[in-house]
Amino acid sequence: MIARLTDGVARPALALLALVFAALLIAPWITNDYLLTVMIVALYLAYTGQAWNIMMGFAGQLSLGNAIYAGLGAYVSAVLFTRYGIAPWIGLLAAAPVAAACAAIIGFLAFRFGVAGVYFAILTIAFAEFARVGFDHLDFVHASAGLFLPVSQYTHDDLWRLRGNPTMFYYVMLAATALAFLLSRLLLKSRIGYFWLAIREDEHAARAAGIDTFRYKMFALMISAAVTSFAGVFYAFFYNNLFPEQVFNISQSIEMILGPIIGGVGTLFGPVLGAFVLTGMAESVTSIMSAFGFNLPGAKQVFYGICLLLVVVALPEGIWPPLARRLGVDRTGIDKGGR
Amino acid sequence: MSFAVYLNVAVAGILTGLVYGLMALGLSVIFGVVRIVNFAHGEMMSIAMYIAVVLFAAFHLDPLIMLVPIAAVMFVFGYVLQASLINPFVTRPEHSQFLLVVALALIIVNTLLIIFGPDAQSIQTSYAYDSFQVGPVIIDASKVYAAAAAIVVTAALFAFFRFSLFGKAIRACADNYTGALVVGLDVKRFYALTFGIGAACVGAAGTMLSLITDVTPMLGPTYTLLAFVIVITGGLGSMAGALIGGLLIGLTEAIAGLLFTPSAKSMFSFGILVLVLLLRPQGILGKRAA
Repeated sequence: MIARLTDGVARPALALLALVFAALLIAPWITNDYLLTVMIVALYLAYTGQAWNIMMGFAGQLSLGNAIYAGLGAYVSAVLFTRYGIAPWIGLLAAAPVAAACAAIIGFLAFRFGVAGVYFAILTIAFAEFARVGFDHLDFVHASAGLFLPVSQYTHDDLWRLRGNPTMFYYVMLAATALAFLLSRLLLKSRIGYFWLAIREDEHAARAAGIDTFRYKMFALMISAAVTSFAGVFYAFFYNNLFPEQVFNISQSIEMILGPIIGGVGTLFGPVLGAFVLTGMAESVTSIMSAFGFNLPGAKQVFYGICLLLVVVALPEGIWPPLARRLGVDRTGIDKGGR
Repeated sequence: MSFAVYLNVAVAGILTGLVYGLMALGLSVIFGVVRIVNFAHGEMMSIAMYIAVVLFAAFHLDPLIMLVPIAAVMFVFGYVLQASLINPFVTRPEHSQFLLVVALALIIVNTLLIIFGPDAQSIQTSYAYDSFQVGPVIIDASKVYAAAAAIVVTAALFAFFRFSLFGKAIRACADNYTGALVVGLDVKRFYALTFGIGAACVGAAGTMLSLITDVTPMLGPTYTLLAFVIVITGGLGSMAGALIGGLLIGLTEAIAGLLFTPSAKSMFSFGILVLVLLLRPQGILGKRAA
């Protein structure tokens, strides 16, 4: 398995990967609390982006509603914790299947009836919006009033119950992101990964070649959903409050997919790089604006939007593919981003 | 609740639905020809709504009179947008187009927020509280005017696409991209024209909607989603479908708001969307399979 992970990876790529990981490992010692929180957000987006990339980057199924899987994960684990005192790691054992089952329903309905492309994307939005409004009226989870997890000062980090300091959360998310990266690599280099790429490039040809496209598209959705659900569990225990209006919001789904698109769809490094670039961009916009005493609501988002626009106009494949070619490490992911 | 209450709510829902239909028509036309899903559709409509609000506040210009000028301004906006930014993206993958339009939407919403602030604004015409009474049904005059204008604009659009040379050329571009190029059509220009027409539709719809509802910058995404629901329900690319979808969704939301709580009404339109996607993916009046 280790051999399969590193097989065919260029030496410089491995060195780069080790360097990035080492830098992320020591980051808590050299940053302050604020910066650490920012890094947690970046890792969160890298993780969710990596999960979305499995569905879209590998199997070519454009989902614009991944917030539903994170939201389900968050609510399932939070309800189990607040009502029955069940630890989040056990909660995850319930949350992941729930999210995967939801993906299976969406996938089954869509793929059985030949819903694809833009129509599939809008179906995923519809389900996420349905969940948002539904949870907003579900009294069992306190509806729109929000679900809160008990907060108090923790003298020590309780990893089992995910109660503790930002540093602990940082390492949890870092580990999750690293695992998602390895999982993606493993999937991509296995039989299922090659089937996905075939489906992404030409679904008819893939089916003609004997690939059960329905089954493998379903797998892509369910794996992506299960992976995303952990992000929801993390969200619930990190922020300690859940509002349907926030967790299921379409802006959450969009945020999850900006990273991989900016970084490079279908690549392994893309989601991670994109998430850090976007978070860095957002933070620098904030600090530049406050440095100039410029505090207009909306100004930050306008600037952010312009930056997004420039990146997508200038770099059609995202940042990573051209960068990888420059660095001579472009055998790490797939050679081309997207289709 | 008596039958008359339901009838009143249903009529109001249908009238609002017609304006929604016009908005969705713009999305449908753009997707049908340019094959770009305009995720900034509702945001573009808020631009038109704010133009109407400002013109009314500053010069007391009635939105009904400003319908054509505002639509014209939005046409230019759409034309320039397509010609400059979006045309290079028509051959790019969907997620790339998505990012472009989402970035545009973000810029529009927050520019409006900077200029007008987060508070809701509205237009108080002299006929704002007028109503017509037909038997047991009492109808707001504003809604009647808005719906009538929506029908007129839609009819004009039908005529344009069916009879004018430009309209036929645009349909040719939609039917067969390569074929249109072969017979010498400047497809990129027709794409810009189409996006302009789609923008003019939302411009007209937004102007009408400013008579009926308040305007806030944050409503953009909600309207975008609403336009999606309507267009998919009616059939993407079908002009009559957009109108039927608008009626259906307007009616559903009105009745659902009455029977349950108004905040849950959008759940029912999404429910309809899911049903339509599953049972008839091409939409109620759509021709081609998805």
